[in-house]
Amino acid sequence: MTAKKIVASTFVYLIAFIALACFIFPFILLMINSFKSNGEIITNPFSLPSHWDFAHFSDVIAKMNFLVTFKNSLLITLISTLLIVFFSAMAAYHMVRKPTKYNKIFFTILVASMVIPFQSLMIPLIYIYGAKLQLIDLIPIPLLICFYIGFGSALSIFMFHGFMKSIPIEVEEAARIDGCNTLQTFFLIVFPMLKPITVTIAILNVLWIWNDYLLPSLVLNNETVYTMPVQMKVFNGTYMNNWELLIPAILLTVLPILIMYMIGQKSIINGVMQGSIK
Amino acid sequence: MLAKKVDEVSYHTEISQKVIRRKRNLTSLGNSMLFLGPSTIFFAITVVIPFIYGIYLTLNKMDSPIDAMVFSGMLNYVNAFKDAEFWSSLWLTIKFVVATVFFVNLVGFGLAYLVTSGMKIQNSLRTAYFTPNLIGGLVLGYIWQFVFVQSLPALGEKLGISWLKLGWLGDPHMAFWALVIVTIWQTSGYMMIIFIAGLISIPKDLIEAAKIDGAGAFRRLINITLPLMVPSFVVTIFLSLKNAFMVYDLNFSLTKGGPFNSTLMVSMHVVNKAFVEANYGTGQAEAIILFLIVAIVTGIQVYFSKKMEVEA
Repeated sequence: MTAKKIVASTFVYLIAFIALACFIFPFILLMINSFKSNGEIITNPFSLPSHWDFAHFSDVIAKMNFLVTFKNSLLITLISTLLIVFFSAMAAYHMVRKPTKYNKIFFTILVASMVIPFQSLMIPLIYIYGAKLQLIDLIPIPLLICFYIGFGSALSIFMFHGFMKSIPIEVEEAARIDGCNTLQTFFLIVFPMLKPITVTIAILNVLWIWNDYLLPSLVLNNETVYTMPVQMKVFNGTYMNNWELLIPAILLTVLPILIMYMIGQKSIINGVMQGSIK
Repeated sequence: MLAKKVDEVSYHTEISQKVIRRKRNLTSLGNSMLFLGPSTIFFAITVVIPFIYGIYLTLNKMDSPIDAMVFSGMLNYVNAFKDAEFWSSLWLTIKFVVATVFFVNLVGFGLAYLVTSGMKIQNSLRTAYFTPNLIGGLVLGYIWQFVFVQSLPALGEKLGISWLKLGWLGDPHMAFWALVIVTIWQTSGYMMIIFIAGLISIPKDLIEAAKIDGAGAFRRLINITLPLMVPSFVVTIFLSLKNAFMVYDLNFSLTKGGPFNSTLMVSMHVVNKAFVEANYGTGQAEAIILFLIVAIVTGIQVYFSKKMEVEA
């Protein structure tokens, strides 16, 4: 290796580590300050805690109604994602195998709808289902799940549609001859073959729904049905600048998704990469 | 006699064929409903009906959401055009869009270039750079509030750096750049992943050939890599444009539009108009204007960048 090359590669590593520091220091700050008291946080946010105090966590878990909130978020995210995946795969399958005029028009409308900002739909949405039909007070969680399926289908169908074209029709014909009906052919033969894109779509939907704030903040008006982001907002309003409570609360909110990322980082990164190519 | 028999047989087969055909049509209709039905229904009740109803809403006037609607023609649009705060928030959003689209793509591409250059730890670096994308804008805003309000001033105090000591979020100009910085931090990792996918697909022999012809690293980047990366840029610019126009969560949690409404973006203005002032008609008219702007800008972007695509 020449001297020039060594300098160049040192330079690359230097940039990479400066970038790394920029990307992770907020998380490190969160972790070390979760165990400190207000006084210590304000005078010295960068030091390790003088003693590791877990008391704030139990305090926050009680004050945030953490278990209920976590359960709500989990329920809404899992059910919505599951239904989006099934319904979108079925719709995309039908559109690819039966390219009728109606199906083509529907597909075009779906793709076009992706440029509509949520802000242009939220007011009529709240007006129709809140002021008119009163469903927001009656069944907030099922309604929110319905909304997620509706908003999530366009991108998911689009991605399944792109992938479906690569599945050979001969396999299905063989299944048909062996006596499968359309539903059996789809669930037993086609759906398992969609696994790579299904993983991608599921990951993208989980990240979106788990973190979404504006829609649930408009639909969920009662503390018993709050999701994590909505609860975090309320908590922040109540304990403004009370960092010894706010920081553990933020950490508890982000921890579930960070743990998920640690377990499945490879498939998450690959999933996002696959999703972008389609 | 025989002729009659033949007639009868053909008559029967005709009937049975009709029955089969009708049965087939029925099952095909049943299948269509089964496979397309759920998505169609949910898409209709959350996107199609609210979109059409939203346009109807802008043509009516009501004093509060529970009052009856009165047809008012273009009044809501006239109000929207007269709403100075709407236009100032829109102008601010456009500045935000320009700043974030530029920097997010620059940083995202830089990171992708860095982690495809053959470092041993590049996979771990990708994982780390992507982390902020896992967390929603609202919570990120609270995390960075701690950074801007507590940590940076404390650091400035310690090191004696005066510009760090200032509270960024209390100054209108700095607060805007705080939003830009956090957006870059949040989304450039996502764009990096898209760029990595593009960079990997560039044929190696093309780069080798240029190397042999004597092109330096910079020339190779400008004349070979970048033109071949146009399809990736189409996607990343589209995504960053749309995200920036619609920014709400981060805006709400980091600055709340303050100080003195100096960082109030258009989404937040629309939310306030509709749900704080309870003016659904004008709020929806402004949301429709926002939709038209986003549709036109992204349409133009995709059209022109598709034109720039080249074959390897």
